[in-house]
Amino acid sequence: MADSELTTDASVDARSESTADAPDAVMELEGVTKRYGSETAVRDLSVSVRDGELLTLLGPSGCGKTTTLRMLAGLERPSEGTITLADDEVAGPSTYVKAEERGVGIVFQDFALFPHLSVRENVAFGLTDHDGDETEERVDELLDLVDMPGMGDRSPDQLSGGQQQRVALARSLAPEPDILLLDEPFSNLDVRLRVEMREEVRRILKEAGVTAVSVTHDQEEALSISDRVAVLEDGRLEQIGDPESVFEHPESRFVASFLGQAGFLSARVGETTVDTCIGSYDRSLLKGLSDGYTGAMVDVLVRPDDLRAVPANEANANGAIVRRQYTGPSFIYHVELDNGDVVRCLHNHAEDMDVGEPVTVDLVSDHSLAWYPAKG
Amino acid sequence: MATSDRLDRLRNDAGDDGDEATSFSLAVVAGAVAAVVSLPVVVLLVRASDYGLGHLLGLVTQPSSVQVLVNSLVLTGIVTVGCVAVGVPLAVLTVQTDLPFRRFWTIVGALPLVVPSYIGAFTFIAAFGPRGELADLLAPLGIERIPAIYGLHGAALVLVLFTYPYVFLTTRAALLSFDGTLVEAARTLNHSRWGAFKRVTLPQILPGITAGTLLASLYALSDFGTPALMRYQVFTQQIYVAQRSLGVPEGYPAMLSLQLLAVVAVVLALESRIGGSTTAYISRGSRQPNRIRLGAWKWPALAFTTSVAVLGLGVPLGVLGWWLYRGGESVFQFDPAVAWNSLKVAVAAALAATLMALPVAGYAARSNSPVSTVVDRLTYVGYAVPGVVLGLALIYLTTSADLLTWWLPVGGDSAQSLLRSVYKTVPLLVFAYVVRFLPQAVGTIRSSVLQVDPKLTEAARTLGRSSTGAFREVTLPLIAPGVAAGAALVFLTTMKELPATLLLSPIGFETLVSYIWLVREAGSYGAAAIPALVLVGVSALSMVVILAQERYNG
Repeated sequence: MADSELTTDASVDARSESTADAPDAVMELEGVTKRYGSETAVRDLSVSVRDGELLTLLGPSGCGKTTTLRMLAGLERPSEGTITLADDEVAGPSTYVKAEERGVGIVFQDFALFPHLSVRENVAFGLTDHDGDETEERVDELLDLVDMPGMGDRSPDQLSGGQQQRVALARSLAPEPDILLLDEPFSNLDVRLRVEMREEVRRILKEAGVTAVSVTHDQEEALSISDRVAVLEDGRLEQIGDPESVFEHPESRFVASFLGQAGFLSARVGETTVDTCIGSYDRSLLKGLSDGYTGAMVDVLVRPDDLRAVPANEANANGAIVRRQYTGPSFIYHVELDNGDVVRCLHNHAEDMDVGEPVTVDLVSDHSLAWYPAKG
Repeated sequence: MATSDRLDRLRNDAGDDGDEATSFSLAVVAGAVAAVVSLPVVVLLVRASDYGLGHLLGLVTQPSSVQVLVNSLVLTGIVTVGCVAVGVPLAVLTVQTDLPFRRFWTIVGALPLVVPSYIGAFTFIAAFGPRGELADLLAPLGIERIPAIYGLHGAALVLVLFTYPYVFLTTRAALLSFDGTLVEAARTLNHSRWGAFKRVTLPQILPGITAGTLLASLYALSDFGTPALMRYQVFTQQIYVAQRSLGVPEGYPAMLSLQLLAVVAVVLALESRIGGSTTAYISRGSRQPNRIRLGAWKWPALAFTTSVAVLGLGVPLGVLGWWLYRGGESVFQFDPAVAWNSLKVAVAAALAATLMALPVAGYAARSNSPVSTVVDRLTYVGYAVPGVVLGLALIYLTTSADLLTWWLPVGGDSAQSLLRSVYKTVPLLVFAYVVRFLPQAVGTIRSSVLQVDPKLTEAARTLGRSSTGAFREVTLPLIAPGVAAGAALVFLTTMKELPATLLLSPIGFETLVSYIWLVREAGSYGAAAIPALVLVGVSALSMVVILAQERYNG
């Protein structure tokens, strides 16, 4: 699934470096809260956006991520808290800098290209301080950057979805904003184009060297394009970090479930081992397990690729297949274990087992696993 | 996708774009416009209250007033039923059956709307009245008498013929947007064709039928020309007569006007109740149901469509053509200055209405506050106030000596003399047109503002434009076609407005409409041919504008 893409991504090293250096923050949110009447859309959010990074706000619909983005852009005013951009306070109890004076670029979900202007006029719209020749030059430069040279005279309705997105990017990058905001940038593209444009948008942002904040509800998209991911739930920040750490070591059950097909395996923590109904493992399997948990019950996070199921006879089996999902390249088998836990196991498409078949589930993971104190 | 989530709705409800100053000034301008256009109704109320409740009640209960009320209600009722009886079958025939030449009948079915009803009534009297064209034609055949056209049946016939297209068009629209798979679903669930129509189609198209019916009944209630020509005593006709006669009791026209407004208010209240209940689940499919085969019923169906077309289009156009052909010299007595006068006031009204509609429409489209709703509704006062009532109110406003001193303690006298100076002048006439037709401009402009994605304005803001800059460079170019259409509608409807023109035109100032009225009274019908045909052409143009606008918005 998503993590296979991550390991092949060449920029992984660069990312961990940038995490270590922690360069200056371009934008800083301090205790930002937004209320609409009695509803709270964003609660006490504090995040800093680092110079040159692509930070993605990830969360389900209605988690407050778009509201946050609009507050960054100056299209909404926070109810509480402060927002600082390039060391200037742009929103706070007594300050509010309007969108047009903020130096923030935004790429809208449906791109919002001006239908009455050509591609060239759209890109030039924000270049009000330049004279004619400079403007022409800058527009050409940007059309090259987004790989659309010579298409400046078209009108937006003659463009495909991907091209519209390129123009929207060029338009918002033209005035060299301090920060670029992307609102669900890929949700209006069809699935194949989406994967292609992810790579392309990341390339354009990196080439332009702009700091960017994007918003999405698609975990695969967030993990594959971002330098850092911030997971939001019900207006609150759940976890922020680089994609690998958030995926591998989610700090809450919500983050674990939201990022991928999470299964939970109940386990008892012993003196030296962790005992589950599929076997006993060394305590080092669980990341950061303290002595205080000895004797306690915990739930261990297992993803489909961490487990394998092997057909077995009734006597040796520790579970049975209750459902199978065929996805083409692979099967995901849902196995109900003897203790009632349901986990998912990833298999290639050739390994065909039937619903009801008794199986032995084994842990095949080669990394430490995240865990949570057992509920109730 | 996540575009319509919970927070989006909250955001829209809050209407918070972080720019209070601009929306405040917009609200003030929009509020001022609304206050000015609702002035006439206030004047009417103040004037009526001068007479005291007892006096007014006495007038309301006197037998002749009761008769007028009953006549108005009877006429409106008959017209309403007649419009449904003609409009709905015609819509079903042209949308859902294999009637031959459906496109032709669709156009012909809508066309009577382009004949202003007073011109329709005029031609019917000319054709079927005593010593009319038809009587002349039939006389050699030994037919001495044809039934008299005057009275209730004439007024009702003419009004049905020229207002049923409202019902026809709204029913058609409902039928066309109706998802045919629903009928198929009903039929697979063991319903006959008729059963499916009754239980599935009818409930879905009922709001469309009702909307058209209410338009038609509102028209019947407020139309002045038809009942006046047909000599049938209803509110509009009585108000006009009472205003021009000397011997009527004091306050009688004002009282009749208020009564008429009350009846209109009831009709509008019905409309808004029914309009509010149409936001139910709408099936999104666009498949049309299979056409119903008429078989032998084709012939009665064709007879029906043909007779509607002959009466609604053939008679008025035939009579006007006949006058043109046979009129001789009187046809060309027509003075072009009259057309020029019509053009001038219509252009002035269109420009003024557009300028006033822009802030109101912009405010109503972008704000959800209760204030914006009130402002928006107030500009619709002109839509609800019949032209003859509006004319009367403006005459009161400019002629009553003490009206303003009552609520303007300081400077009331000079304001009053200023008002007196505009009585029966072109500016007052233009103001009346603006009040009456402002809703058309507000409606078209508002719907085109709503078509503009608010994200476009936000994009312009983040690219360094102020809110006025964003309006000028993004919103205005995009709504330009809507603004132009609104102005064109006001222009065209002003051209054919009758009662306010008759009441408020300066002495000696003739427009096409007042000219037709004049030559009719003088009995020289031939002279009316050219101006009447011009007005029919003008109405046809306004239909084209409305249809083009609908396509643009769709």
